Amino acid sequence: MAIVKRILLDVLKPHHPGSLEFAQTLADLDPGYRVNLRVEEVDENTESIVVVIESENIRFDEIDQAIKKMGGTIHSVDEVDAEGSPPTAAD
Amino acid sequence: MSLIQNIRSLWKLSQAGQIARRYFVTNGFDGALTMLGILLGFYTGGDTSLRIVINACLGAAIALGISGFTSAYLSETEERKKELKELEESLVSPLEESDYGRASQITPWVIAAVNGLSPFLISLFIIMPLWLDKIGVAMPLGPLETGIGFSFLTILFLGIFLGRISGTFWLWSGLRAVLIGLATAGIIFLISSNS
Repeated sequence: MAIVKRILLDVLKPHHPGSLEFAQTLADLDPGYRVNLRVEEVDENTESIVVVIESENIRFDEIDQAIKKMGGTIHSVDEVDAEGSPPTAAD
Repeated sequence: MSLIQNIRSLWKLSQAGQIARRYFVTNGFDGALTMLGILLGFYTGGDTSLRIVINACLGAAIALGISGFTSAYLSETEERKKELKELEESLVSPLEESDYGRASQITPWVIAAVNGLSPFLISLFIIMPLWLDKIGVAMPLGPLETGIGFSFLTILFLGIFLGRISGTFWLWSGLRAVLIGLATAGIIFLISSNS
């Protein structure tokens, strides 16, 4: 199965945790994760953010769970960079 | 995330620390002033059995504790539900499984415990000299007088604590609280002497 190397997510989240803690929590999911977070819009109760995650192998379910746990929701996956995985011995 | 980190995160998220601190002082002050009032009432009333004084104080302490616990739990539960519902509507997504959902379930219990235990434990501290005297540890000033002294000491401590939170001069804040205690005592003396 192809390996996802980069994703760009449109996320809606509450004000807490703040951007710094939110990005740190996502980065802490895996030592290889590089996270870039940009706040797009701030409302009374929520913030729209764009999160870019880069890694050698992104596990999307894990990221989705972590965002949900922090009270956020992924509106859309706007960009994906994927790469075909090298053939294994079974192939 | 470790359990401690998780608890810290929920604690921060729910802002329970700030609320619990406020409740601790507010209801603690209630407890201290109530005990001061009861002790002064018995003091001005003349000879009363120590057992009756202790029972009256203990009854009031238990009532304050239960009242503090239940009132805080009921009001905080409703408040948290409302906040969570508003946030869910803004996010257009359920939050029961999120940290917000868990914080809104745990926080009312924590705040209720602080709100109930604060006046109860403070009241127990204030009536401690009466108990000690009853079991044979003589109080140099007398049990009621020492209890009244303990009330003022507690009120001073709560005032200082409040001063440290707000960043004002701790001694002024402490003395201001004691002045409230003295005013209460003055009113009680005034009413007792005319009744």
